Amino acid sequence: MAPILTVESLTMRFGGLTAVKDVSFAAAQGAITAVIGPNGAGKTTMFNCITGFYRPTSGSLTLHHGGHGVALHRLAGHRIARAGVARTFQNVRLFAGMTALENLLVAQHRTLMASTGFGIGAVLGLSGYKAAEQAAIRRASTWLEACGLIDRADDPAGSLPYGAQRRLEIARAMCMEPVLLCLDEPAAGLNPRESTALGELLRAIRDGTAADGAPPCSILLIEHDMGVVMGISDHIVVLDHGGKIADGTPAAIRADDKVIAAYLGEGDEDEDGVA
Amino acid sequence: MSLARTRRPALGVALRDAGLAALIAAGLFLPMVGLRTDVGPTGALFLRTRWTDVLLLMLVVFAGRFLVRLWQEWKTERRAPGFSQRIAGPLSRSGRFVAPVFLLLAVLLPVLPGVGRYELDLGILVLTYVMLGWGLNIVVGLAGLLDLGYVAFYAVGAYSYALLAQYFGLSFWICLPLAGLLAAFWGILLGFPVLRLRGDYLAIVTLGFGEIIRLVLLNWVTLTGGPNGISGIARPTFFGLTFTVGGGPGSFAEFFGLEPSPTHRVVFLYYLILALALLTNWVTLRLRRQPLGRAWEAMREDEIACRSLGINITTTKLTAFALGAMFGGFAGAFFATRQAFISPESFTFIESAIILAIVVLGGLGSQLGVAVAALVLIGGFEVFRDLQEWRMLVFGGAMVLIMIWKPRGLVGSRTPTVALGEKRAISASMVAEGRG
Amino acid sequence: MAYALQQLINGVSLGMIYGLIAIGYTMVYGIIGMINFAHGDIFMIGAFLSLIGLLLITSGGLLDGPGAIVLVLALSMAFTALYGWTVERLAYRPLRGSFRLAPLISAIGMSIVLQNYVQVSQGARVKPIEPVVQGGFTIMQEGTFAVQLSTMQILIILTTLVILAIFTWLVTRTRLGRAMRACEQDRKMASLLGIDTDRTISITFVIGAALAAVAGTMYLLRYGVIDFYIGFLVGVKAFTAAVLGGIGSLPGAVLGGLLIGLIETFWSAYFSVQYKDVAAFSILILTLVFMPTGLLGRAEVEKV
Repeated sequence: MAPILTVESLTMRFGGLTAVKDVSFAAAQGAITAVIGPNGAGKTTMFNCITGFYRPTSGSLTLHHGGHGVALHRLAGHRIARAGVARTFQNVRLFAGMTALENLLVAQHRTLMASTGFGIGAVLGLSGYKAAEQAAIRRASTWLEACGLIDRADDPAGSLPYGAQRRLEIARAMCMEPVLLCLDEPAAGLNPRESTALGELLRAIRDGTAADGAPPCSILLIEHDMGVVMGISDHIVVLDHGGKIADGTPAAIRADDKVIAAYLGEGDEDEDGVA
Repeated sequence: MSLARTRRPALGVALRDAGLAALIAAGLFLPMVGLRTDVGPTGALFLRTRWTDVLLLMLVVFAGRFLVRLWQEWKTERRAPGFSQRIAGPLSRSGRFVAPVFLLLAVLLPVLPGVGRYELDLGILVLTYVMLGWGLNIVVGLAGLLDLGYVAFYAVGAYSYALLAQYFGLSFWICLPLAGLLAAFWGILLGFPVLRLRGDYLAIVTLGFGEIIRLVLLNWVTLTGGPNGISGIARPTFFGLTFTVGGGPGSFAEFFGLEPSPTHRVVFLYYLILALALLTNWVTLRLRRQPLGRAWEAMREDEIACRSLGINITTTKLTAFALGAMFGGFAGAFFATRQAFISPESFTFIESAIILAIVVLGGLGSQLGVAVAALVLIGGFEVFRDLQEWRMLVFGGAMVLIMIWKPRGLVGSRTPTVALGEKRAISASMVAEGRG
Repeated sequence: MAYALQQLINGVSLGMIYGLIAIGYTMVYGIIGMINFAHGDIFMIGAFLSLIGLLLITSGGLLDGPGAIVLVLALSMAFTALYGWTVERLAYRPLRGSFRLAPLISAIGMSIVLQNYVQVSQGARVKPIEPVVQGGFTIMQEGTFAVQLSTMQILIILTTLVILAIFTWLVTRTRLGRAMRACEQDRKMASLLGIDTDRTISITFVIGAALAAVAGTMYLLRYGVIDFYIGFLVGVKAFTAAVLGGIGSLPGAVLGGLLIGLIETFWSAYFSVQYKDVAAFSILILTLVFMPTGLLGRAEVEKV
């Protein structure tokens, strides 16, 4: 399968500390790729490099989209988002004082802004802004529907229960119509039932069946919850101490000695921890 | 019976508290009020004692603290909802009806019976601050950027008009947009390097910028006249018709066949600032319902999330800064033409503080709240003019008290910009105030 | 050379005054994260209280010379500290845990109150005094230019150093200092560990005000003239000093104060007196833009 994202020799240093060391892998188009690893393995650092919140010390990140590659490591944070990479955050970052619907409209800022003639036309009441806004609201409603939040559309995001906030964050990311959705520990803090529902949602997003008119979207996620990862991932990358130690299908990863050792500590034979 | 039993400890607590407060008051006022430094006949300082004043102040503090404490005890006993809670709901709910009433009053003010020159001048003053408050509200209330130097843009606008009129003889109507543009330009110039600063750092840099502008205006004597300011600034015309007191050819009075009267100009100025303020309000309200305004509010809520959604933080901040500055510039040009005289003294830090206080007291982001706060603060300031030097003391005290009473301002809730169903106000506790 | 040396001496003694006030800003900012806008006016109150104390002591003929100055200093510190405590108790404590802008507006209101309170109670006219500490040494002679080190400057520098030493000991070696630093790190955690945070914050304001009173006394003795408005400009510059040194850092505040004092003095001496404040503010802006954490400040890591 063609890759959507290739990571080549990615290294990230903070002062004397090397958080990510020479990591290379590829995330396939139309697939769910998971990055796992014990605490402090460098997952979040790598994630922040991909989504533009850190600038990597060395190495390259290429997004393959529309027949050409975009060098993400050279772009400013907001430009990475514009290139088609959407993300969520480990500690949900919604616009708490704005309604769920408003959150999703902010995500469509780029398209809406262009239709307003960059603000000037809209103030004067010119241009087809009304139609563009209606379209944006329709798209937002589809995603609210897909995430089971349509009844809460006019509630402030900060008042939603935690699980709903997580789903709203995914809906917000999807409203950008990304080609790659990056999720930072999406199952953290969810109960088993919510985790299962999340797995289904992610698969639907991958296949383009989550919402009307949504094209298929590749997914990259980092996750602690092995149940979620093993259940939905097509491909798994394992990090430990900042380096890549394994890369393969869930079945292959489950059988990998190095992964077991990394998760359980050297010499421990108990396999339940990985399963 | 039971009433007496619950009252007694409260009374005791209140008395003890009041006694303590009076003691502290003694410590505060004995040296500062009790001993007054006066310049004696030889030019040297000597101390004059005023012990009765200290005693009086102590009594006031004692009584005040006693009553406050008693009221607090009584309130916790009754668990009655606070006064502030009772009026906050209605005030924000009734916004829909209050705003049109205010607008109608503002439009009709010059023709209302009993409104004379003084009331109109006061109206102009209040409206100037309403406009400045609305302008700053874009920056602080919507975008969440704390600006302590807003008066700089007011000054840029005022001096732009005064200088352009003086050196190039340009008319007010040409200078007004130019003053706004120049102020916006300075806003961008300042904004570009400093907007990546956060929170209080941004506040202090904007304060520094405001002071720099004032100091340059004060010291660049050849251009600005320094502390003497610029006088004889041209008055605005009504489509080319002047407002000369004596009437005469080309004057407003002559053209419309009216008795020449100085009130004409005041009424004209009143409607001019009303129009400018309403323009500010209209642009703000419109932008708020559009992507740019939503991006401002989103930025106030969470800058990092904004970046992840592809919003360019720098340009979004700059637009807020420039737009706020532009309206400040308009207000400045108006100020210059109204006063016909400006000097750096009108653009001190205290002006920035007052405008910011209006925005915060009104409620960040609330247009109605800002207007009410401007009316209360500036109108109240005028009402207390008989207090003379005590006026600022009362003013500062009022700022502290209102903040303690309602930290989120008069209207703290936020109205959503768009809704599938009915728009419901979002409570203040949910809304962020920005860290930038 | 001699001229520059003279400016250096003047700059250091001015910088010490800024440094003393800057500590108040930096401590309060460190512990409750707010710009205590009224702190410049607390300094002004300190100057007035030492003026009143000085007049009281000298007119009574109780004491003379060094003893009088020590007594004035002590009185001013005690009474100014009471003002610092009261300001915190009235205007800031009710707003603890409230929105960020509320305490700032409250502080600006308090600053207006203090200024006008002094204007009302002590009058708007400037208050000149006869020089109290006179004399000095000529430490260098170059042509007709003599480099002077006045007794007053020695007094300022020595007093500041002694006060700073006591203060540093207080913050680093005592139980109170530990409580203050704990509150600075994490107020909620500190209160869970049994530290009375309200009391600690009050003490921070008291110490800050006492140090500002020292600065006020020194200012009065050095410049011999004060009015109710001196607090604003000196306060803003002291805050600049705190930011320059890295807000939250105590040595940084003193270092920043010295730098601002030196910059101001040298700028006035070599360029233009009128634009000395412009220079100070420009330094502030440049520092923040290019070195947002100041000289000795900690970098704030942005967690995503």
